[in-house]
Formats: sequence, C-alpha cells, structure tokens
Amino acid sequence: MPLARPGDRRSWRHRTPRARLLLWFGWLALVALTVFAWEVMNRDTIWAFVADAPRQAADIGARMVPPRWSYLNELVWPLWETITIATLGTLLAVLLAVPIAFCAARTTTPSFVLIRPLALLVIVGSRSINSLIWGLLLVVVVGPGILAGILAIALRSIGFIGKLLYEAIEEIDLAPVEAVTATGASRLQILDYAIVPQVLPTLVGISVFRWDINIRESTVLGLVGAGGIGLKLEASLNMLAWPQVTTILIVILATVLVSEWVSARIRHAII
Amino acid sequence: MTADGRRSWRRPPLIADRRLRWLIYGGGLIYLVLALATLEVNWLRAWEGLGRGWAFVQSFLRPDFASRGPDILNGIIESLTMTVTATVAGMLVSVPIGIGAARNLVARPIYLLCRGIVALARALPEVIVAIFFVAMFGFGPFAGFLTLTFNTIGFVAKLLAEAIENVEHAQVEAIRATGASWAQLLNYAIQPQVMPRLIGLGLYRLDINFRESAVIGIVGAGGIGATLETALDRYEYDTAAAILLVIVGIVTLAESVSSHLRRWVQ
Repeated sequence: MPLARPGDRRSWRHRTPRARLLLWFGWLALVALTVFAWEVMNRDTIWAFVADAPRQAADIGARMVPPRWSYLNELVWPLWETITIATLGTLLAVLLAVPIAFCAARTTTPSFVLIRPLALLVIVGSRSINSLIWGLLLVVVVGPGILAGILAIALRSIGFIGKLLYEAIEEIDLAPVEAVTATGASRLQILDYAIVPQVLPTLVGISVFRWDINIRESTVLGLVGAGGIGLKLEASLNMLAWPQVTTILIVILATVLVSEWVSARIRHAII
Repeated sequence: MTADGRRSWRRPPLIADRRLRWLIYGGGLIYLVLALATLEVNWLRAWEGLGRGWAFVQSFLRPDFASRGPDILNGIIESLTMTVTATVAGMLVSVPIGIGAARNLVARPIYLLCRGIVALARALPEVIVAIFFVAMFGFGPFAGFLTLTFNTIGFVAKLLAEAIENVEHAQVEAIRATGASWAQLLNYAIQPQVMPRLIGLGLYRLDINFRESAVIGIVGAGGIGATLETALDRYEYDTAAAILLVIVGIVTLAESVSSHLRRWVQ
C-alpha cells in the first residue's frame, strides 16, 4: 500500500460506515429501552423513602452492632439443619439427575422421540425455578420444616446437575466406547466400562460445586419456612432483634466461605 | 492376584490413595447416618400433604391466567423492568470495578479495594441483600433494582477482571511500545479483546437477573415473586401454576435468546 499523500485525509477505521451506524442505533435502542424500563419501574416508587435511605441505613447499622454473641448457642442446631438440607438435597438430586442425564444425552438416550424431550423438559423446568420458590411450594405441600427444604434443594439441583452431566456425556471420547463395544459388551456393560469412568470425575466435580451453591441457598430457605438457619433469621428480623441478625449473618458468611473452600479443595484434588 | 495365581484386571478406583479413600467413604457414611438420625420430619403431615401436592400437579393442567391476570401482568412487568435496568446499571458499575480488580493493570491498593468490593457483593445471598435494601428503601421494585445491581457487580466485575488478566500479552506489549498512555492501552489493547466476553457476560447476567427477580419479591422487593407468594398464601393453586408457567416460559426464552446472541457475539 502506498503511503498516504499529504492532504489525503483518509485514515484507517475499524468498521465500515454502515456497521458504525448499526452499532450506534443498537446502543441508542439499549439506552431507550433502559430509560423506558426505568420510568415504568419507578411509577410507584416513593422517592421520599429513597432519600431517607442513608438515615435508615445508619439507624440499622447502629442497631446491628455489637452482635449478640450469646445467641451463637441457639444457632448450632439450625446450622446443622442447614448443612443437612444442603447435603441430603444434593445427594437426592444426584440420585435423580444421573438417570435423567443419561436419558437426555444424545449418545446414550434410549429414545429420541419420547424419553429425550421428556428428560430435557424436566431439566428445563427444574432449572428455571429458584430453590426458594420450590421451597415456597413445598412448604404448602409437605408442611414447614426440613423435609420441604431438602426437597426444594433437590428439585432445583436436578436440572443443574442433569444439564452439566448430560453435556459431559455428549462430549466423551468415543474411542473407549468403540473398544468396549468390540469386545462384544452389552449396552449396560458399555455404559459401565466405557462411559461412566469418563464422566465420573465430572459428576463428582459438579456435585461438589452444586453442594457449595446449595449451602448458600439453604441458609435462606428458612425465610419461607423450609427449615435451617433462615428460620432464625426470619424470626430475628420480625422481632427487629438486629444484634441477633448480625450474629446470624456472620455465621452464614462463615459457613458459605468454609463450604466454598472445601468445595474448591475437593474439585482441585479431582481435576 | 487371586489365590490360584492368575492375575486379573480390576478397574482403578476414583481416589487412588487407599487411606484417603477409606477416610472419605467412612466419614461420608458416618455423616449420612448422623444426618438421617437427626432428621426431624413430621411424616404424618407430609403424608397428608401428598393430596395437596397432587392437586397442585393437576392444576398445571388447567392454569388460571385470567382471574388474577392484572396482578400477574403487573408482577411480570416489574420483574422485566427491574431486570433490564439492574443489568445495565450493574454493567456500568462493573466495568471500572472489574478493571480495578485486574492485577495486571492497576496498583496494589486499588486492586485490593476492588477485590474487596467484589468479594462483598458475592458473599451474601441475594435474598438477604434484598431484605436490607427493602428495610432501607421501602417496599417495591426500586429495592429489587438495587439488589440485582449489587449482585450483578459481584458477578460481572469478577469475571471481567479474570478476562482482563488473561488477555493476549502480545497486543498489550505492541501498544505499549508505541508509547501509549494507560487509557490508550486500555482502549486499544484490552478493550477489543474483552469486549465480546463483556457483552456475553451482560447477556448471561440478564438471564440470571430475571430468575433472581422472581425470588426477591418474596421479601418485598417487587416483581413476580410477590404475586406468586400471595397466590400460594390464598391456596390459589391454579393461579400459582399459571405464574410458574409464565416464569418457566420467560426463563426458557431468555436463556435461548441469550445463548444464541452470545454465540453470535463470540
């Protein structure tokens, strides 16, 4: 390319004028949508309350310290319940998600017409509803308590574990499958010797990861009555016992951090 | 090795170290026994609930969109507007914090400060954050907007910082060799490399924020969650089923649109 002559004002641009125009309109549309959404959202907002927020924050902050440490004794049992909810819920979810994942994976599904769409539907349904909403439903169905919590965690986790697991199954190396098939193995034996060993580390990794998320989610399940430390939080909030709220939040934070650490260590050891 | 001297193959266990393996299996078993033994479940109540559960499942076959139609519409609009505004606001705040949390770009104190903000925004469950915002700003979608923005910052800023830390170093060096300032370096070397990732994160977060917006209504932060809770409190299973179907529908739609757009951007 010849060098630009003096007076030649053309310079290199990243995009064509057309692309630039489109991009500009794209951003404009985003801004317009945001402003519109903002207007609609704040139709009923009482700005006096918003302006008052710093004072409220300072007020709550002042009430929250110092934390009431003596309340810790009462938190041991709810904390144990919370961990039980997360762990048993994850276990139940793994038990249910494994067959669903095998039904949903293109490589292993018994039937493309009926079973695969059904399995995918279960995964989508389970994934789109948050565990707190599952908790809300299950408290109505099985009554308040730890059972509703375990089931809520399990129902939410099936979709998560199922989705990641079936994607892992679809991505396995096919060479071992062929090798095992060549020995004259049955379908079940192929599954057992060629597929399961390839996805087992992934499954453990996914489960531990989900367990970590579940610990976090089970801490708040009590807000809808589904057991655990969230019940204490709800009670303390209702009584406006802010020093207790601080203690509970510290316990929740510590639990979440510890579970994150444990889960990272286990996943690191596997992968 | 078997008794008659024939060697046979056994598949290797998942955990190679035998002592660690038994420790984990044994510990797991003991925990499981303890957890099951201390489980306090009112089985009678659960058994009685089965009928209700069945009624609920049946109500999915005849969801009632009409009788609480205005409430549902209102909740959905609140959820959607909250999602859009919170995602945009969250992205705007995340960019500077994400840049600040990238180790290769900024001084140590700024890095630590931004990492601290990210850690704080990620540590608390969104419902608890929502409780506080509702207490401070009053009931309604404004508190929800703040909650979702706060959580978006934790998520996007962390992943953006990781993307910046992993950029191709050659371009950075090339731009730096031209004598570019810090801002020019950011604009010409970093931004083109992380922009697709950033847009992808925004779209992904849009999808997550809608899901979350359905939940935080339970503690009073506006959105469809409040409508759902009201319906369940009134034992209006048909309406609750309709709301759940709407949520699942929008989430599925948002997820597929977001994943298609992300594939197109990247």
